[in-house]
Amino acid sequence: MVDSEKKVFRNDDVSKVTGRAKYADDYTFHGMIHAVPVYTDSVHAEIISIDTTEAETIEGVRKVLTWRDVPGLPAFGQIEKDLYIFAKDKIRYHGDVVALVVADTREIAIEASKSVQVELKELTPVLDQEKALGDNANLVHEQFKDNKVAHHHVRRGDAEGTFPQCDLIVEHEFRTSFVEHAYIEPECAFANPRTDGVIELYGTFQHPFSTRRFVSAFLKRQFADFDVYSHPVGGSFGGKDDTISAIASRAALAASILKVPVKILYDREWSFRESYKRNPYIMRYKYGLSKDGKILAINSYMLSESGAVTSTTPWSTWRSTAQCAGPYQVDNVHTDVIGVATNNVFTGAMRGFGTPQVNFAIEQMMDICAEELDIDPIEFRRINMVRQGCETITGQKLDGHKVSMEEVMDKILAESDYIENVKRNSRGQSDDDEFYGTGMAISYRGSSVGAEGLDFAACIINCQFDGSIILDTGIHENGQGSQSAMMLALAKEFDVPLSRIKYNRSSTTSIPDSGTTVATRGTMMGISAVKKASITLKKTIRDTLCDDFQCDPEDIRFEGDRLVAGSYKLSWEEAMHKMFLHRTYPFAFGEYKAPRVSWNDDIGVGDAYFTYVYSCNVVELSVNRKTGKVKLIRVTAGHDIGSAINEGMVKGQIYGGIAQGTGMALTENLIIEDGKILNPNFNKYKIPKASDIPEINAFIIENEDLSTPSGVKGIGEPATELIAAAIANAVYNATGKRQYSLPIKLEGEK
Amino acid sequence: MNAITVNGREHEFDDSMLDKKLLKYLREDLELTGTKNGCNVGACGSCTVLIDNVAKKSCVVPLSKVVGKSVTTIEGVEQADGSLHPLQQAFIDAGAVQCGFCTPGMIMKGLDLMSKNPNPDRDEIRKAFNGNLCRCTGYQQIVDAVDLYVQRQN
Repeated sequence: MVDSEKKVFRNDDVSKVTGRAKYADDYTFHGMIHAVPVYTDSVHAEIISIDTTEAETIEGVRKVLTWRDVPGLPAFGQIEKDLYIFAKDKIRYHGDVVALVVADTREIAIEASKSVQVELKELTPVLDQEKALGDNANLVHEQFKDNKVAHHHVRRGDAEGTFPQCDLIVEHEFRTSFVEHAYIEPECAFANPRTDGVIELYGTFQHPFSTRRFVSAFLKRQFADFDVYSHPVGGSFGGKDDTISAIASRAALAASILKVPVKILYDREWSFRESYKRNPYIMRYKYGLSKDGKILAINSYMLSESGAVTSTTPWSTWRSTAQCAGPYQVDNVHTDVIGVATNNVFTGAMRGFGTPQVNFAIEQMMDICAEELDIDPIEFRRINMVRQGCETITGQKLDGHKVSMEEVMDKILAESDYIENVKRNSRGQSDDDEFYGTGMAISYRGSSVGAEGLDFAACIINCQFDGSIILDTGIHENGQGSQSAMMLALAKEFDVPLSRIKYNRSSTTSIPDSGTTVATRGTMMGISAVKKASITLKKTIRDTLCDDFQCDPEDIRFEGDRLVAGSYKLSWEEAMHKMFLHRTYPFAFGEYKAPRVSWNDDIGVGDAYFTYVYSCNVVELSVNRKTGKVKLIRVTAGHDIGSAINEGMVKGQIYGGIAQGTGMALTENLIIEDGKILNPNFNKYKIPKASDIPEINAFIIENEDLSTPSGVKGIGEPATELIAAAIANAVYNATGKRQYSLPIKLEGEK
Repeated sequence: MNAITVNGREHEFDDSMLDKKLLKYLREDLELTGTKNGCNVGACGSCTVLIDNVAKKSCVVPLSKVVGKSVTTIEGVEQADGSLHPLQQAFIDAGAVQCGFCTPGMIMKGLDLMSKNPNPDRDEIRKAFNGNLCRCTGYQQIVDAVDLYVQRQN
């Protein structure tokens, strides 16, 4: 890059490059003691007894907690209450925690944890989701008959009646695997009991408000009894919610009983063992086609492994359902997506949330069908893709924003030289050891949580007498740069320098619950709230100062760090002084409610999301015929995200999303045997390293989207949801071998 | 007693500490928390420090191996007047920071690279960072940062 290209702002960059940023384990309090979890070696068993007597006699051990010490609900969850703070009657997976050893030091606690005796009666483990579904003799949870935790469907037109009239039927099965979030900072939480009865919580929390709900339920205390702080978090990607909330609850319970600060720091191996993963999918797709290239009908049937806890599987499977046909218009669709309980590690939210899996199937089906029809795969996509004013497979008319699928695809095809490069595809024929292939994929993605749930956010702008501004929103920083994006938006609203603004170190007591920092909603919802608060604040300032200006309130403009009307000008500082002299606070609260969405789960119809991001990825790669090693050469990625607030960070999201999707496609293989993870650390579970990732050309396509006041749509998840599909298509174009499961493992020639 | 120099200051520890890992010593005994623990097995590189100017993963180095040596952590990278090292500034300008947990280790590894190869190309930069994992950035802006630093030095 050249110097002039830098276009990035972060409010936390100096603290992070100097090592001064404080993450959870960097905090310590006087008198703080430590706690560690106790696991069993079982994955499915009845608990006969838990004996903590011996452990509690060890010098330095303060207490050993089990389910008996829990005053509130034994189990809680975002949807179903089936995540146990401590296993009570049954062990359901290898990461179930039976006890917490609290001791003067972490070393003593670890040593003592070996002395907790648990008597178990082993049960038949449920380890295969295909066999688990309908196996009522072996239920993971009694309340989920057939081991089924979710079932969504789409019934549009008459798929079964249409197939006999199709010129061509194409059917394939695709599988994806468990994926670990692999945030580089492992879980840590600590609880500090305050003298006013409030328990303060610090930790690796993706969503402090979500953590508060868990802690409150387990401890049977009201929300206001907790103060959950936001501070730097070492990555999350959807992964620091349920599990860390249970860990925080254990710390809070110990702190409330022992009346001292308690820290729980996880080893990486514990993190792998206990924390949820991306849902593995089994997807059977059947396409009915006309010979001129129209998709007439789709039948898809998918199983999504939920593991031992329901977590967000009913929501991620819903997104898979609403987006089961990709960015294409299809009149006849019959889809079932089923979440299945097993005794494997549980699954939950992970960047992409049910779409990296379906896109892996859909975008390969598009290439497969095009080839069988003898139509160019780009042309085949063009024939079927969503366009302005069309109807989605859930009956939603796409007319509230610019439907830019074709624009985005054409831009990325051109930038990547795809049309030229496809001519070089080896398809298994090469004069040397390297096969070359290029592959592409497109997607559309509903922004925010859609019809999954309530969607609103809050902002507070609190201007001070000296002109400085304290900004707070209920959206949380996980490293993605959300605070910086909010600050940029506010600075733009009032045309003040960023140096005036400080982002409040937020907590659950400083601002109303604004929903979780998920679903690529943070920038869109947070900035919309900033804009709403700005409207209120501008009116307050104009109404208060218009007499000083001797003008109509609406004539006052905010420009160049001043207030201006006619020839009268006030510096921002003078204006804020005057506000206080008028005894009016330059303070505003803003709340933004997302546009209405709808869903009828009986028939699978509705306006699933209020707007969509359109994306295209093209990848070039080589495959060594002797070793089977796949080497990415170049990736070109483009996304219509409405508008970019912080360009450098948007590109950072794209690069990072590509890298995570590449890991899912090529390098990451979570080995689970008998329900136990055999490679629970980065020396054996290989996330992509710098040389695994090629140079990425990222393009931001901006069609301002007025679905929300922010004008933006978000980038976190679109960035990661289609590269695995593009890689699979490129591997086929290199080798002539279709890839039906992830991660892709190619055999070299013997 | 055994001596160790950390960021220019000399510290002493007794023989009972010789098996303690350098990372734990830095974080717990010296309260230098800028060096991070991501895996504790030497796989992720978050704990990278310089020992006698060579990058090492401090989570797997026992204190017995650093007796009499000089250790530089991220806290020792800023210049004497408190201003940022140009490599730190390049990380900022290139947008190489997201969650920031791997960043101290990346900067230490970057300093090590600069002392060994002051003019690396982008492939060499990538290779140098293969022992330092990042889950946020896809590495591109980290490579950009080192590249930018090299350009500015020249």
